Amino acid sequence: MLNGLSNAQKNGMVPIKEGSFVPLYGATSQKPVFVKSFYMDVYPVTNAEFLHFIQKNSTYRKSKIKGIFADKSYLYYWKNDFDFEPANPNAPVTGVSWFAAKKYCECVGKRLPTMDEWEYVAMADEKKRDARTRKEFNEYILSWYEKSRTYENQIGKTFKNYWGVYDMHGLVWEWTSDFNSIFLSGESRKDKSSDKNLFCGGASVNATDLMDYAAFMRYAFRGSLKAQYSTRNLGFRCAGNTFPKP
Amino acid sequence: MKSKTDIWMKRSFILCAFSAALFLGSCKKSETTNAADIVTQGEMTAELTSPPHVPKPIGNRNAMKLKLNMEIKEQEGTMTDGVKYTYWTFGGSVPGSFIRTRVGDEVEFHLKNHPDNKLPHNIDLHAVTGPGGGATSSLVAPGHEKVFSFKVLNPGLYVYHCATAPVGMHIANGMYGLILVEPEGGLPPVDKEYYVMQGDFYTQGEYGAKGLQAFDMNKAVKETPDYVVFNGKVGSLTNGNELTAKVGETVRLFVGNGGPNLVSSFHVIGEIFDNVHIEGGTTINKNVQTTLIPAGGAAIVDFKVETPGTFILVDHSIFRAFNKGALGMLKVEGKENKNIYSGTIQEGIYLPEGGTIQKMPENKTAKTEAPKRTVADKIKIGKEIFGTTCFACHQSEGQGIPGTFPPLAKSDYLNSDSKRAIKTILHGLTGEVNVNGKKYNNVMPAQNLSDDEIANVLTYIYSSWGNNKTEVTPEMVKALR
Repeated sequence: MLNGLSNAQKNGMVPIKEGSFVPLYGATSQKPVFVKSFYMDVYPVTNAEFLHFIQKNSTYRKSKIKGIFADKSYLYYWKNDFDFEPANPNAPVTGVSWFAAKKYCECVGKRLPTMDEWEYVAMADEKKRDARTRKEFNEYILSWYEKSRTYENQIGKTFKNYWGVYDMHGLVWEWTSDFNSIFLSGESRKDKSSDKNLFCGGASVNATDLMDYAAFMRYAFRGSLKAQYSTRNLGFRCAGNTFPKP
Repeated sequence: MKSKTDIWMKRSFILCAFSAALFLGSCKKSETTNAADIVTQGEMTAELTSPPHVPKPIGNRNAMKLKLNMEIKEQEGTMTDGVKYTYWTFGGSVPGSFIRTRVGDEVEFHLKNHPDNKLPHNIDLHAVTGPGGGATSSLVAPGHEKVFSFKVLNPGLYVYHCATAPVGMHIANGMYGLILVEPEGGLPPVDKEYYVMQGDFYTQGEYGAKGLQAFDMNKAVKETPDYVVFNGKVGSLTNGNELTAKVGETVRLFVGNGGPNLVSSFHVIGEIFDNVHIEGGTTINKNVQTTLIPAGGAAIVDFKVETPGTFILVDHSIFRAFNKGALGMLKVEGKENKNIYSGTIQEGIYLPEGGTIQKMPENKTAKTEAPKRTVADKIKIGKEIFGTTCFACHQSEGQGIPGTFPPLAKSDYLNSDSKRAIKTILHGLTGEVNVNGKKYNNVMPAQNLSDDEIANVLTYIYSSWGNNKTEVTPEMVKALR
């Protein structure tokens, strides 16, 4: 089944070793989160790969998908069900709802990464598992937020991180399985109030590192999403508990 | 004595009763105009304008339902010549579109986040009474739209801004603007109205460093901006973009300050504000020179222009004006009125008679017989003169300030004519000049320097920064004095 997929995904996953870290929104207790060993896709899913999926799963075509699973902007840059031209086949697929991303991963024997898993991998730079305190690293991430239309770029052109994973920063945003488990009310200044802390997992002033603005943006972005949403800057990659059978 | 007091008390009692009756009467009347109870009549789409323009006044219209469409765009723009910046905008401009309402209006706000944008945004309008000023209801992902509505209750000029994490960064990138709530019947009519908003910007490179400049979080936290500007960029209100008026007209400025950090000492050089709505509210102060505008605040100022000329809008925290960009211009055309401003009537020499100062003329004659100096000496002395006299405008490396003060480094204007350069220092220079392909229209005053000093400073300038190494002598200067 995987033979039809591009090189990118053929030997697509790398092992991520277990460990713990204090995420930005480390809940009220600021306790470290433990992440079990898992596998992560090296690259985000591309247009070509998603087309392959759509060919086999007709209910996820843009003409067929049900409104509760995707809003009107689902794959809006695709001309029709099977034509994403002039987008590059090796550019990340975007404009995909959470439901579609989840289904895709299931169909290739994987799952979406959790937010903690995603952040755990994303805090690594080329050399270190946790580069979040490195000034240049944060500047790199922040500078991406200011570059427009990076979704047109091909996968694998940013840096390869400590785990061997590409494009965690600098290409597109990515869905996680529990993107809405941390609650930002939309009024980010208010999220520090104590009542919210009890069930929403912390807030801006509680952040372990105030200077980690880069991460703020990710949490703010996730907070603005609903599962049927899709946006041009939002793609996804898959994870798994085991290495997928070829 | 006693009876007098009695009478006084009686009289004041009657007066009290009378005024109480009056007060009650007016109370009843104002009850019917309680802003929350105003019933809207009809519906229309709100007119939005980009700075420096404002929508037309509300005049006598009734409170209405206003449909308002605001699109958020993240886009690259120009900070100053050769310097690009990625602005985040409400309506495609910095500051964002001007919103004009009246008390009692019901605004149906459609906030749209362009699909190509990277970030979620929201809006907090200081004119809104409700949680987060609308921010709680308006967080919108790229490619989506949020609708919320509010009734404007308090007249005044209010700031709106984005309040999404990280709030400071969203504001620093330009996400602010003004919403005006006019009282019933509108503000008094004037001849010209303009929209000016100050903001501070923090870039990776220093002021003037070329190319696309990224936002610098560290500088923002330290509150050390590279740019402090009106309407989002250097030169938004100069070099052909000046505000204009005619002699005799009354000009009203809606002035806001987006911050994120600095407080503005707003001043118009050569004008006095006739009226200032302090902090954009109802209290009016008269005859004001400089009004303080807090970050996240505003003021409405108006003044009648009585004389022609160019009036300079500045943040009177003055290094921001001349070194960081907070400078705009109002050009007033019309007939001169010598009674109000005479211009220079006479130029004369001032020779005070005090013993200590009397030395000056002696020095001057001594200086006319300047010692012979080597070029190296001239450069050394000239550098010191440059550092005290020229550097403030033309900058340490002769690079000038784009759009305001022309460069001396590799300057075609300078290198093509050394006589003109000498005359410029001797007599000053006013009006448009073209330097290295860029137009400058400013004033350089005549400098009070001796022939020797001018020869030295010009020799230093010509020998520095890639200029043509002309050696200027005191005799050359004397011949042109």
